[in-house]
Amino acid sequence: MSRAALLVLADGRFPAGGHAHSGGAEAAVRAGRITDAAHLEDFCRGRLHTAGLVAGALAAAAVLGVDVRELDAAADARTPSPALRTAARRLGRQLLRAARASWPASELDALAREFPKGAHQPVVLGLAARAAGLGPDDAAYCAAYESVSGPATATVRLLSLDPFDATGVLARLAPAMDSVADRAVAAARRAAAEGVDALPAASGPLLEVGAEWHAAWPVRLFAS
Amino acid sequence: MDGVTTTGVRAHARIAARADGRGGTLLPVLDGAGPLALRRVRSTGAEARVMVVGAMSGPLGGDRLALSASVAEGARLHVGSAAATIALPGQTGDEARYDVRLDVAEGAELHWLPEQLISAGGSDLYVTTRAELAAGAGLVLREEQVLGRAGEEPGRLTSRLTVRVAGRTVLDQELSCGPGAPGGWDGPAVLAGHRAVGQLVVVRPEFAERPVQAQALGECAVLIPLAGPAALVSAVAPDALRLRGLLDEARSLLAA
Repeated sequence: MSRAALLVLADGRFPAGGHAHSGGAEAAVRAGRITDAAHLEDFCRGRLHTAGLVAGALAAAAVLGVDVRELDAAADARTPSPALRTAARRLGRQLLRAARASWPASELDALAREFPKGAHQPVVLGLAARAAGLGPDDAAYCAAYESVSGPATATVRLLSLDPFDATGVLARLAPAMDSVADRAVAAARRAAAEGVDALPAASGPLLEVGAEWHAAWPVRLFAS
Repeated sequence: MDGVTTTGVRAHARIAARADGRGGTLLPVLDGAGPLALRRVRSTGAEARVMVVGAMSGPLGGDRLALSASVAEGARLHVGSAAATIALPGQTGDEARYDVRLDVAEGAELHWLPEQLISAGGSDLYVTTRAELAAGAGLVLREEQVLGRAGEEPGRLTSRLTVRVAGRTVLDQELSCGPGAPGGWDGPAVLAGHRAVGQLVVVRPEFAERPVQAQALGECAVLIPLAGPAALVSAVAPDALRLRGLLDEARSLLAA
């Protein structure tokens, strides 16, 4: 494998459309729940241990070869908000386009045929990592990092938060990201042996509630 | 095996409902166990009604409690509880488990509407609720968790809710909160200081063709269609009373 491929895949400039999404931060800012770097850290920590853990496990399981239709259905069951399901599929479709251009593979072509409206982004992320020669831990790290880097960057724009403070938040979350990636890979291995019910289902009620509230706004800066 | 051991109570209560063939519902099995006593109460029409009555306090740390209900084809069962369930610390400091298993056959309907689960300070409970529905089965299920009694810090509570319809998982959600839970549980992505959290799941065959419209019920609750013939109301509130108000409002919207 090429370790540098992980940097390409995890780079915020990889053209997969993630910059248009705030990971729930825009709703939390509007609700007055994020007003400074400390709140941002608390938000990111909660998102990492819920949506981040689930995304990491889905991505790692895809690398391990768990059936993508089952993983996609498991992602649906773990994403009750239809606004978030739509966003995850849109992000999946954009990521798939970038991944097919970067690491051509028949598996990615088959995924595009099977899910014309897009598969859930973490499932695509796992197959993209596999096409790039990366392992389940790489995919889990990528998903865990994305679950917090998106809200952190978005909050810089939403609150004019000092970018140094936002980066400090991400750096302080690094040990938690290590532990989430480890738990995600362990769960993915159980899912490969026992089926997708073994995947984690951690959820943040306010992420789901906020996503629907946000989707109903006539004007917003971010798509989700 | 059921019974009281030095580490806690082992108890498995069971309910089975079946149609009596004359438009009513029989309860061939109504076996309470340990702290879970079961009483049949008066009902009108086709449904049978059961109340879960707390026969001793619990679940306490170390307890292993289970409650199963199965509703056979054409039967209608309504299960409520006489009072809130309070998770309390045990003598050993071990985790308590409470596993609820619900099976609903084709053409059958289950209303599962217990009172709140309150996580008292120092308690540690892992509760799972798993509903397995056949195609054409109906369900109204409410779950409410309250973090701590009045003015009290909560215990540790993890709650997983899984709903399967015709072999497909339509909802799988786990919430972990209280001391020792993964970080950020009380932050802006998860509970943000709210002390009551609840879900109402309604499964109806007609939702497959005509799903509910997603609707924000204020800033703290939402009504959403799941990927399957089901609707979910998810809500957080400052306390149990206001949570019940949100869920009742949503229930009347769904006429459930």
